[in-house]
Amino acid sequence: MLATLSQLALREVRLAWRRPADTLGATLFFIVTGSLFPLAVGPDPVLLLAIGPGVLWVCALLGILLSLNRPFAQDYDNGALEQLLVSPHPLPMLVGVKLGAHWFSTCVPLILASPVLALQFGLPPHAIGILVLSLLLGTPTLALVGGLGAALTLGLRGGALLPLLVLPLYVPVLIFGAGAVSATYAGLGAGPQLSLLGAGLCLAILLCPWGASAALRVALD
Amino acid sequence: MHNPSTFDAPRPAAARSSWMRYASPALFYPLAGRMIPFFAAGAALLAAAGLYTGLVVAPIDSQQGEVYRILFIHVAAAWMSMFLYLVMAGYAALGLIFNTRLSFMMMRALAPTGALFTFLTLWTGALWGKPTWGTWWVWDARLTSELILLFLYLGFMALQAATDDTQRADRGGAILLLAGVVNVPIIYFSVQWWSTLHQGASINLTAAPSMARIMVTAMLLMVAAFWLYSAAVALARVRGIILEREPGAVQAGGEMAAGQTGPRGARTEAK
Amino acid sequence: MRPADAPPPMLSARGLVSRRGAPEGSAPLDFDVHAGQLLHVQGANGSGKTSLLRMLAGLLRPLDGAVIGWGGDIRRDPAAHFARTAYLGHGNGLSGDLTALENLRCALHVAGTPHGDDAIAACLQTWRLGGCLHTPAARLSQGQGRRLALAGVVLGAKPLWLLDEPDAGLDAASLDQLGEALAAHLAAGGAAVVASHRGPATPAKHTQTLNMDDYADAGNVVSVGAA
Repeated sequence: MLATLSQLALREVRLAWRRPADTLGATLFFIVTGSLFPLAVGPDPVLLLAIGPGVLWVCALLGILLSLNRPFAQDYDNGALEQLLVSPHPLPMLVGVKLGAHWFSTCVPLILASPVLALQFGLPPHAIGILVLSLLLGTPTLALVGGLGAALTLGLRGGALLPLLVLPLYVPVLIFGAGAVSATYAGLGAGPQLSLLGAGLCLAILLCPWGASAALRVALD
Repeated sequence: MHNPSTFDAPRPAAARSSWMRYASPALFYPLAGRMIPFFAAGAALLAAAGLYTGLVVAPIDSQQGEVYRILFIHVAAAWMSMFLYLVMAGYAALGLIFNTRLSFMMMRALAPTGALFTFLTLWTGALWGKPTWGTWWVWDARLTSELILLFLYLGFMALQAATDDTQRADRGGAILLLAGVVNVPIIYFSVQWWSTLHQGASINLTAAPSMARIMVTAMLLMVAAFWLYSAAVALARVRGIILEREPGAVQAGGEMAAGQTGPRGARTEAK
Repeated sequence: MRPADAPPPMLSARGLVSRRGAPEGSAPLDFDVHAGQLLHVQGANGSGKTSLLRMLAGLLRPLDGAVIGWGGDIRRDPAAHFARTAYLGHGNGLSGDLTALENLRCALHVAGTPHGDDAIAACLQTWRLGGCLHTPAARLSQGQGRRLALAGVVLGAKPLWLLDEPDAGLDAASLDQLGEALAAHLAAGGAAVVASHRGPATPAKHTQTLNMDDYADAGNVVSVGAA
């Protein structure tokens, strides 16, 4: 089964590599919208420092939201998703690998771009480090929960449905992620927030592939 | 001709024990119809009693004056918003595990009422917060998670509305509800886990209430009133859903309730 | 009439009713498919052929009834059923950006029947796709894509094949090849259920026909016999 999972992961990464515009969409969105805020609110460094963590996190979240359809939409159209559903391998593992590969191809460039954008907001180096760490812990949760939402809304009309379903579950991650960075300003450690993000990630890894595969079976019923 | 199969799907027992047979929508329909007037009347009476106790009998609060009286609605609505979500999640789990149609129908029937109570909680909370805290809203843990609960309800209802395929709407909605159920303990325990502006629990199962007894009574009366109201409204709604999805069953159920036993009538109905 | 000690059927349907179509469902379906047999499902468009195949594959939950595999109801052990069943739907299951080789390699792994690149290349040669080994699937014609998917089914060599209109878009030579592949599969002891508008070109004694139009009329139970 390990060979199958690695083949599937390779397939996903290959597909992402061959469609760079799609794959980098989240990162580009992140960079563009993140750059719009200093232009809009003015160059006051104190203000930018204060809103920086929140703005960066929101832009990352929205970028991820835009790319949530990627793991499933194309495969749904060409029939490859059906083949996953009739595979003798456990579907949660296959879905988990798909979502993991999706995170790797979509979110890692975003995380790599975040220090650059953080400098625009004047974040100190320690805060940038915490920002990267919070994104590292938080974006997989967003990808997993978003995958569950994408599986539930597969093929349904209404573009606003997926954000509406997923945002209530995103809000805690957002709060703790941005809160982790803000906490470093006040001199408090970011330990509690990062721990909660980690706990959320563990919960998501445990539950989301399972829930998403149930949702896929419902969607393709 | 093929051999008689040893793998025939077992036919359900024609007559189930007493109350379990009400899991069939056909039989539940008339039962619900009979229960609704009692629940509605009970709700009206308890609401009248609760409001009278809360608005007229209960004394003025030493710190907050008359404004606190809105809490009788606010607290009851808050409890109901969380409780109804848990009940919906329970029905979702039942439906997914046991594949019972009625569970999904009840789940759908409760959603608008739960959303209404959540909205009522937020709104009455804001009305109370303005005179007391000086602000309509504050982003503390409890208020934020209650707002998230409202979005969970709305998301559930949006998912139901997005597809005509009832199986997909039911099962997908059930999965969504179960994914969001972790929010309810967060709402409830948020005042313990974080230092928030919202006050802590005044009514506990274990400790004596920290409010005057008359206030507790009024609050409990309102909770009971809302509970019965939710039951009445949900049963009325589920009757509508049964009528919409299984019109043949409603007709057959009437016959079965009248004393005839027999196979489910849906498929032998001539259309 | 089968002798009493014949091996159990590879696939059976008992009182199968689809959720799609008329609200009352169609009439219940009962049939057996034994090793070496092909069940040809025909019927007008919309008569439920695809729904039937999806129910047999385990993708669609029936409204009533059961699909029985080797070990009993397939819902009790879906993984075992999937391990011995190859399903080909309307879509070919090919990702446009991957080459034919990459598509098939991953598809075979996912189906539980991994094969080396050499075996895949050899099979594609027999299906006249040797030159397309490294072509992105998006640039294949419809017929070529269908052949690629069929090659994957043949290579997987699972005992039970469920094919939904495998002949869609195939030219005459490919149709012959499909017939040969089916015949070889049946001769090797496999079974197949094929939905198609035209006959599968397998010998009549191995073929049963199921006409879905008969079932669209609720209340008529039609038994399946040899064509």
